[in-house]
Amino acid sequence: MDMKATKKKLGMKERYRVLTRDLGWEPGYQSKEAIFPYVRYEGIKVHDWDKWEDPFRLTMDAYWKYQAEKERKFYAIIDAHAQNNGHLNLTDARYLSALKIFLQAISPGEYAAHKGFARIGREFPGVGTQVACQMQAIDEIRHAQTQIHAMSNYNRYYDGFHAFADARDRIWYTSVARSFFDDAMSAGPFEFMIAIGFSFEYVLTNLLFVPFMSGAAYNGDMATVTFGFSAQSDEARHMTLGLECIKFMLEQDPDNLPIVQGWIDKWFWRGFRVLGLVSTMMDYMLPKRVMSWREAWEIYGVENGGALFRDLARYGIRPPKGWDDAEQAIDHMSHQFMLGLYQWSFGTAFHSWIPSDDDMAWLSAKYPDTFDRHYRPRWAHIKKLKAAGTPFKNYGLARLCQCCQLPCVFTEPGDPTLTCHRETVYKGEKYQFCSDGCKDIFEHEPEKYIQAWLPMPALFSELGGDVAAWMDWVNLRDGADNGDYDGSRDQKHFDEWRGLATSNL
Amino acid sequence: MSTVFIALQANEETRPIIDAIEIDNPQAVVNRQPAMVKIDAPGRLVVRRETIEEQLGRAYDLQELQINLITLSGNVDEDEDTLTLSWNE
Ligand SMILES: [Fe+2]
Ligand SMILES: [Fe+2]
Ligand SMILES: [Zn+2]
Repeated sequence: MDMKATKKKLGMKERYRVLTRDLGWEPGYQSKEAIFPYVRYEGIKVHDWDKWEDPFRLTMDAYWKYQAEKERKFYAIIDAHAQNNGHLNLTDARYLSALKIFLQAISPGEYAAHKGFARIGREFPGVGTQVACQMQAIDEIRHAQTQIHAMSNYNRYYDGFHAFADARDRIWYTSVARSFFDDAMSAGPFEFMIAIGFSFEYVLTNLLFVPFMSGAAYNGDMATVTFGFSAQSDEARHMTLGLECIKFMLEQDPDNLPIVQGWIDKWFWRGFRVLGLVSTMMDYMLPKRVMSWREAWEIYGVENGGALFRDLARYGIRPPKGWDDAEQAIDHMSHQFMLGLYQWSFGTAFHSWIPSDDDMAWLSAKYPDTFDRHYRPRWAHIKKLKAAGTPFKNYGLARLCQCCQLPCVFTEPGDPTLTCHRETVYKGEKYQFCSDGCKDIFEHEPEKYIQAWLPMPALFSELGGDVAAWMDWVNLRDGADNGDYDGSRDQKHFDEWRGLATSNL
Repeated sequence: MSTVFIALQANEETRPIIDAIEIDNPQAVVNRQPAMVKIDAPGRLVVRRETIEEQLGRAYDLQELQINLITLSGNVDEDEDTLTLSWNE
């Protein structure tokens, strides 16, 4: 008799089981404890690793198929952008400053996330966890590569893109993002998941990729929209993994709660400080703006973060300790940081500028309680100095926070006229901080943070305070990469080339 | 009640998907922003394969959503027929 074998297609849950759990095995020659030693170092108690499940139930076969599709879409647009002088469709070349910060500070973070997930994929014992970490490790290296590739087209025409790797390691504002990732990568596997999965993915990437990428579209930058949304399609999975990890730890053992809460407090504040860069990019560096930093924070911070913490309240989790201080800072941080960037623009591998009258009108409409009162007068003063031929340059070096590494330019919660400054003494040495949040983090792990490499002290300890030598070392070309946008090569070139593209003269 | 949301790239592939989400979630609010569409819903949002197939006129695997997904919020639960986002309160 003829037997016709009908090929039965597996359901999603079945396929997930076969292609994750069924790939694992019980070790025979070594104990599990010897194979996975790091998973016990942090005090997290896990009783059943099989309880960890990827809610998307993505398996490797489907993963490759969809990632290949994303890459095809990405390169179709990147090629068209390069072939059609896409850079001349930008609203204005000032916009490129935001991209330069992105390339110098954020893309290397993607690479760091790749390394971290490759490592913890090995350190976690659960198969579901290992497979999810493996996918994320591959995603993150894809993000680093596609971002560098997309922005390399701008490097052919504009300053400030050529030495992003040196900038990442050596310049001051990039060390904010770098120290965030170094901190995460030198933590244990569970803390790494909170640092990246919760803080970077859930808190940061929504604010960084979503309104900012929509802003890139608004400013005619198809290359960036494309890498941004292509990366963000993976981030949805990463955020979900981070959230699953938090729930998993809390469900496995009640003793995990205080440890997890401590990490949420720490990494919320670490992430919030990195957002200082993002707030400035959104409020000041996009010539056409989709929404203000305040509006983006309302949606992705207050509403979405609030929803997450109400959800986690069933496990005993409360909102992060720095939540109220963060709320106090929202209407100030972008202005305070942009004023800092402008006065130290000799040391930035991007341009900054005095906001135009139109920009200032927009800022006062978006920040009715703070901009006219505290920040417009400062810009007006800076503008007057520039008109008089004595532009305001601060050649003094900023005091950096030992934890987040931002210059201490932020103000006291509740008093925007007073600079916030904290210090602590540890083993006879004095350390400086920008906020209570950063000081608390230091005091919890002082032996970690006293080892931090800070760019400003390093200028003295390694280069004897020689700024020209420092510029060579960080690969910053004085007069080209840095300073005011007004009068820069980027401005001159963009105006000339756009003129050529739109006329016959 | 907390809001859940899903954001998709604005393109030809997602147009029928967004229509399907609107059909299945009458309480949802669709926000159109440059290059993207963000759909908010109070507490819960369901994406159903069958409705997408009706709008699209072809068979659809819900995991194809991965290609045009920008971000989402809420606890995720997915099987072959539905993708559900929800908050527990
Ligand atoms: Fe990424
Ligand atoms: Fe990610
Ligand atoms: Zn700090």
